[in-house]
Amino acid sequence: MSNFLTSSIGKKVIMSLSGLFLIMFLCVHLALNLLLIFDNSGALFNQGAHFMATNPIIKIVEPILAIGFIIHIIWASVLTLQNQKARPVKYALRNQSKNATWASRNMYILGAMVLIFLVIHLYNFWWNIKFPSLGTPLAAITVGGVEMEDTYTLVSGLFKSSIVYCLIYILGGVLVGLHITHGFWSAFQTIGFSNDIWRKRLECLAYFFAVVFAVGFSIIPLYFIAGLGN
Amino acid sequence: MADKILKELTLKIWRQKDAKSKGEFKTYKVHNISTGTSFLEMLDILNEQLVEQNEEPVAFDHDCREGICGTCSLFIDGRAHGPDDDVTTCQLHMRRFQDGATITIEPWRCGAFPVIKDLIVDRKAYDKILQAGGYVSVSTGGVPDANAIPIPNDKAEEAMDAAACIGCGACAATCKNSSAMLFVAAKVSQLALLPQGKIEAARRAKAMVAKMDELGFGNCTNTGACEMECPKSISIAHIARLNREFLKAKLKD
Repeated sequence: MSNFLTSSIGKKVIMSLSGLFLIMFLCVHLALNLLLIFDNSGALFNQGAHFMATNPIIKIVEPILAIGFIIHIIWASVLTLQNQKARPVKYALRNQSKNATWASRNMYILGAMVLIFLVIHLYNFWWNIKFPSLGTPLAAITVGGVEMEDTYTLVSGLFKSSIVYCLIYILGGVLVGLHITHGFWSAFQTIGFSNDIWRKRLECLAYFFAVVFAVGFSIIPLYFIAGLGN
Repeated sequence: MADKILKELTLKIWRQKDAKSKGEFKTYKVHNISTGTSFLEMLDILNEQLVEQNEEPVAFDHDCREGICGTCSLFIDGRAHGPDDDVTTCQLHMRRFQDGATITIEPWRCGAFPVIKDLIVDRKAYDKILQAGGYVSVSTGGVPDANAIPIPNDKAEEAMDAAACIGCGACAATCKNSSAMLFVAAKVSQLALLPQGKIEAARRAKAMVAKMDELGFGNCTNTGACEMECPKSISIAHIARLNREFLKAKLKD
């Protein structure tokens, strides 16, 4: 495996595997989030969030997830910088819309925008749950005889308090979706799992995941804007 | 039926004296160009005009003018080999342009393909990648029978599709990352699919990728722009095969 990690394909494999790992995380995250709109009492979501916060396996996965994000971001930056350097003199006129999709040409920009969203998102929820003494302390609630943080109220409170936050979260969902329209199939192509037949299938799946994430994550703030939540 | 005549065209052409000089765009006018004229013939007409005016003609690469040699290049109106799909610049004709149009003509822009003069770039980088492993070692001796080794038809067809690569450089020139992956993939794929090439497949994939990286080509992000601009419409499925071949080779190390 000598020089594998420094080769262009090796670096892309890192992007691909970390990206697929992050997509798996998004699936779990979305499934859990959707509990918000299936139970207005908030009990289901609170139990889900409590399970995620206390389960030992999740506790192990959490730092791995953080590493996954960091690797994906650092490697993307390294690759993008190298790619910029590979063309010292730029074209005066380019007509790229004729040969590649917008998302595929702007993965780094899309990723950077998702990162900005991620920082806001972590501050809104993760920070407040992990360090309650530093932010707004969370109310406790008892669900099924177990005392836990009332994360449902934290989420619904945020979405009901500000339309701006709702729009930021909708935008976040759409950006992740756009990133995945290219990222999903590209990840398989990079690890060599593609050919002329599978490419069409993977591209279809990519759009499927993109729509599921974009719609799935946006529907939650929309649900609270519409006043359907508790 | 006579071809239509384009009364006037404005050409914005990159002029650069030599590799070391700083280049710039110069604007020229050509008149009464028949739509049946090929793009390179139109440039020939411009050059005749420049010679008559005692100006240095525009230098551009061309050879067979039949779309098979891979010598012509040119980035025309923002696209490699111009607005048509699946053709080289020499196969592009003036019927694709409107009367009065302004046409921007640039050389390939890629760090690994430095400009030598005007629109001519040095594509030796592709030769160097080929020399690193894009071949099959053959022992000398009698000529073997062509059909002695059975090859499944689908494999032979796929290898032929990859072998259609003429090494023109449009893939790296059009890629937003200046990546040469389609070229390398075509060469690796073509040989990896055939029994004669399989023997050296692992060494070839590693050596050619290493050379490609060393020469300063960018990293492929699978945008697919290369296959759209490739005059031989080589599929990026070959890039997936190159990735497979490379990973297999590295895992064995």
